[in-house]
Amino acid sequence: MTNTTHNDSLLRFMTCGSVDDGKSTLIGRLLYDTKTILADTLTQISNTSKKRGMEAVDLSLLTDGLQAEREQGITIDVAYRYFSTGTRKYIIADAPGHEQYTRNMVTAASTANLAIILIDARRGVLTQTRRHSYLAHLVGIPHIVVAVNKMDLVNYDQAVYDKICADYAAFAAEIGLAAARDIRFIPMSALNGDMLVDRLENMPWYTGETLIEMLEKAPAAHTEQSEAFRFPVQFVCRPHASDDPELHDFRGFMGRIESGEIAVGDAVTVLPNGYQSKVKAIQLGTDQLQSASTEQSVTLLLEDEIDTSRGDMIVKSAEAIEPVKQVEAFVCWLSETPLSTARTYIIRHTTRESKAKVGTISYKVDVNTLEQQATSDLKMNDIARISFKLAQPLMIDSYKNNRATGAFIIIDESTNNTVGAGMIV
Amino acid sequence: MTTTKQPLSHLDWLESEAIYILREVAGQCSNPVLLFSGGKDSLCILRLAEKAFRPGKFPFPLMHIDTGHNYQEVLDFRDQRAAELGERLIVRSVEDSMKRGTVVLKSPDEPRNKHQSVTLLEAIEEFGFDCCIGGARRDEEKARAKERIMSFRDEFGQWDPKNQRPELWNLYNARSHKGENIRAFPISNWTEMDVWQYIERENLGLPSIYFSHKRDIIMRGGAMMPANVPLANGEVINQPKAGEEVINMQVRFRTVGDITCTAPVLSDADNVSKIVIETATTTITERGATRLDDQTSDASMEQRKKEGYF
Repeated sequence: MTNTTHNDSLLRFMTCGSVDDGKSTLIGRLLYDTKTILADTLTQISNTSKKRGMEAVDLSLLTDGLQAEREQGITIDVAYRYFSTGTRKYIIADAPGHEQYTRNMVTAASTANLAIILIDARRGVLTQTRRHSYLAHLVGIPHIVVAVNKMDLVNYDQAVYDKICADYAAFAAEIGLAAARDIRFIPMSALNGDMLVDRLENMPWYTGETLIEMLEKAPAAHTEQSEAFRFPVQFVCRPHASDDPELHDFRGFMGRIESGEIAVGDAVTVLPNGYQSKVKAIQLGTDQLQSASTEQSVTLLLEDEIDTSRGDMIVKSAEAIEPVKQVEAFVCWLSETPLSTARTYIIRHTTRESKAKVGTISYKVDVNTLEQQATSDLKMNDIARISFKLAQPLMIDSYKNNRATGAFIIIDESTNNTVGAGMIV
Repeated sequence: MTTTKQPLSHLDWLESEAIYILREVAGQCSNPVLLFSGGKDSLCILRLAEKAFRPGKFPFPLMHIDTGHNYQEVLDFRDQRAAELGERLIVRSVEDSMKRGTVVLKSPDEPRNKHQSVTLLEAIEEFGFDCCIGGARRDEEKARAKERIMSFRDEFGQWDPKNQRPELWNLYNARSHKGENIRAFPISNWTEMDVWQYIERENLGLPSIYFSHKRDIIMRGGAMMPANVPLANGEVINQPKAGEEVINMQVRFRTVGDITCTAPVLSDADNVSKIVIETATTTITERGATRLDDQTSDASMEQRKKEGYF
């Protein structure tokens, strides 16, 4: 099943659940059934399985972590894994599921376009299911697959599955998830590989898609609605080549199109200064393009000589935005050092940075009950609605409308650590 | 669900992401360097850097940490490629570290991959580099699966898995204080297959040892070792010991590294499209087949990374 073609698409997804839900087994199964696991790796984990006294090969060992994690018996971090089906390449963000790892889930969710939320069929919708669903929703993952796992342990009973689906649907409606997201349900046994890649004969009552069919059909990012053109300038290319008259005045604005499309001749505005010009050329390597769209890294040449540098944003003049010096956002705190309302932080938004100070903390969200609580501080894994005052203007969209221009990170200048993640309201 | 736009192909997406990462390094770091060995992964990165920065010069020099255990054709290819690009190539050698006494070998012909860390750290200090761009991929090894795109190293070049910066969206944080540095990995999300497909699509040249050729081999510790390999300094390494038989075989290398610990694989694949097919049907991982130094323990890569390895 390994892919040898060049023209397949790519899907990034995440898995939410704890080891007890069979998350590692699910990932191991996907890798195994898509023939991603090669013989030497399989031999290695089969030896480890035997050493640990297990009869069958434990596929969850495929995602066994670092020595540092094994020694401490914890999962520290998000791991990234890869497989391909021949028609699509997949990047899995595998995040530990416990409450104290909210920050890891948010990290994994930030790049995912689909989330698999695992539920143990014996235990049904739990607090952690709610937490995972809320976070997937908060971080704007458009497609949710609710995987009711361990169906083999409830005799493949349809009534159990139906009850869990109904419970989940009720909860999803309550938090606004059902209205905003595409939610699908699937019964499975990751251990036996039932309904992942293969459809075994245990659940004839389920006629929906297998997991891999759902993954194959899920829309890739940025393909579902039209978006405004946003081009944060990363780097300005000025070769100053005195021996080449053509390059003497070359001024290329390099960056990745975060959303939307652009074509030669389009009227553009460079923010925050508001200079207007037209697109003279679009280059990708040595190729001259007539147009370019989301996620392409290109170089834009403009008709006019405009003083533009890293951190500026090129937009279509018809879709210009007003630079702001204050933002309101949901912030997930990532650092062991709590947020200080007295300190000045750095906010990095697209390729731009600004010093920032906390304005007000409206409330904190309990990720288990989803209750809003008044708070004056923010500790690691907390999520709160906060406003910031900015030293420099930023060109923002709401996160709901644009996951690239609606997101920022908070950096502690003294350590240079990334201490917070913000989603603009 | 209406799909309004055609998404990028996976290779276009990976290429675009890597270009973005290279430009972030250029935008955020004041003195970066691109580690370039002449191997397939770093050759992909050179093409990506061309796409990221031409018609300008690369905003960083290239640097090779030479173990002294490299194939002459790979070194020649390295020099030729740097010259074609017109970019500056710095070479720093593990053997110079040995002369300085900062690298001490236990035995004269032991593998030197792990000693590269010392020479790399010395070079970082010599030039004051604040970021090293490398070709590591997350699919290579489990200690890499949790690696950041921008990986933070302390003053001793150490990787502390517990002290890495969260990395969200594409908002990479490559800041560092003086003495610390960042290792940037633009092809983190690529697999071995992606690399070969990119080489095929971009028609990239490669050192000849990647393609099927006849070579004298000795079997040592269950692995195929290239026999009697001449080095740049005139020495010949991997000479057969008493009782070891030299067999001429049809082989190629899946990865290039220290000659004493990088084994070839049996292969008839003499061009890139045959290698793509071979990669699709192989049953052994890249490092499993070829890197003897990763097999010494379950955590050997993790250990080396903690010591400053890239």
